[in-house]
Amino acid sequence: MSELINLIQAKFKEDKVDIKIELKDIVTLNVKKEDLINVIKKLKNSEELLFDYLVDITACDYLEKGHFEIIYTLLSFARNERVRVKTTVEREKPEINSITSIYKGANWFEREVYDLFGIVFIDHPNLKRILLWEKFPGYPLRKDFPMDKDVSPPEIEDIY
Amino acid sequence: MEDLIELNIGPQHPATHGVMRIKIYLDGEKIKKAETFIGFLHRGSEKIMENLPYQKAMIWTDRMDYTAPILQNWAYVLAIEKLLKINVPERAEYIRVILGELQRIAAHLVWLGTHLLDLGLMTIFMYTFELREKILDLFEEISGQRMNPSFFRIGGVAADVPHNFLSNVKKLLPEILEKIDEMDKVIRNNIIFQKRTKGIGVIPPDLAVEYNITGPVLRGSGIKYDVRKNFPYSVYKDLDFDIPVFYEGDVFSRYMVRMEEMRWSTKIIDQAIEKIPDGEILIDDFKIVPPPKAKIYNSIEEMIHHFLLVTEGFKVPEGEIYTSVESAKGEFGVYVISDGSSKPYRVHIRSPSFANLQILEKILPGHYIADLVAIIGSLDPVFGEVDR
Repeated sequence: MSELINLIQAKFKEDKVDIKIELKDIVTLNVKKEDLINVIKKLKNSEELLFDYLVDITACDYLEKGHFEIIYTLLSFARNERVRVKTTVEREKPEINSITSIYKGANWFEREVYDLFGIVFIDHPNLKRILLWEKFPGYPLRKDFPMDKDVSPPEIEDIY
Repeated sequence: MEDLIELNIGPQHPATHGVMRIKIYLDGEKIKKAETFIGFLHRGSEKIMENLPYQKAMIWTDRMDYTAPILQNWAYVLAIEKLLKINVPERAEYIRVILGELQRIAAHLVWLGTHLLDLGLMTIFMYTFELREKILDLFEEISGQRMNPSFFRIGGVAADVPHNFLSNVKKLLPEILEKIDEMDKVIRNNIIFQKRTKGIGVIPPDLAVEYNITGPVLRGSGIKYDVRKNFPYSVYKDLDFDIPVFYEGDVFSRYMVRMEEMRWSTKIIDQAIEKIPDGEILIDDFKIVPPPKAKIYNSIEEMIHHFLLVTEGFKVPEGEIYTSVESAKGEFGVYVISDGSSKPYRVHIRSPSFANLQILEKILPGHYIADLVAIIGSLDPVFGEVDR
């Protein structure tokens, strides 16, 4: 795994992107949200890295710190390694660029994050709620959404 | 779009394998466009799991892919064990492999029965469910539950297997193989089945990678990726098995992959029974694992441990982890963030059915409406897992 860290460091040396690399259970890159698209593009297209497979997108709400963390897990078949890319968005303005132009399969994962966290993905082709209905009040996986919130079931017109 | 017929299928429709709604736009009998709507079974499992102590959150993983609960338990306990940095006794690992592979066969049998029911070969459904029942009887013997055993514990398995269990499993294996061969003979050479599956629902390998497909669907498209081989967990490293791959990417090759996988599963179980060592089945750290009942009644220290575990749960060091197992449907991943307390700060489930189902809208256009059920059946979505 340290080999991968060195390789990634070398790859991003000439670019002016601010990446903090950590070694957790897998190699984790912390990037700014403006750099996200470039970093992921490079991870996917660079011939030595070839992270051509998107495993997962999810988010986590840090209520006290006032931001959301968005977590992308990528996989490289060629290297047989996973890598995690993390970025943060402010809770007041939860917006981030969509990566559907890089990985088509990001579509539903991003819709899920939008549905449950309310994070808006800019340039997403079809940003609608996926698991809940459109009129659902609030975003349930945010930490300030109470467990016992009383939500009335949807009207039949809302789901058809 | 104006002169197309709009047809709504589901959510309550037997051929959607659960509660999925598809809106298709038809030109005659050809599908021009399809839209999928999911979420009818959404229970908010992730939120509920975040509000439960670690050991209690596990039962929610059973209720995702309810045809293969054991494999999901496995992913969850693996994640927590890695966060706690504990090693599971080897006997427990082998019991996990035996149960996991039996579960894989049972899950594939449900797929086989329902898939062929959709395609009109109704007899197979009776055969598969009879055989599955025998596997579920084994689960009942060890855990008391047929469907959601929750037999795994963080740190091992709940109990050692009964003394005749392994010999019963061993006796069942040739029967499973024989039945699978018998069914395969009936199905594979059936000209109607071939006409309805060959060249239908083709997913080329590059498309499969782009749409993050995993599991038998990916291997049916010719990509040899299996978590058991690529990121070996448990004792899969010590077992000798192969990953079946077929290259056409159509419904038929997905059928072939799953049939071969069942055969390989029986071989894995056979090896595991040969290799299983004697010994403990749970770690003896009473801060994580509840002490045995006899000790609770006789010793104050164990009593306190038991009390703390039941009321509060155990604390997990800060950190985050992504672990995955090869579930019956594909890569079932669990992503856990721990803040050092006894409840997970964030649990995310990367469910293979959810990721696989996405491609449906892409591959349906151009097919006849009758092929729709064949394609959905071959993707094998289970909606407890898609909607979570």
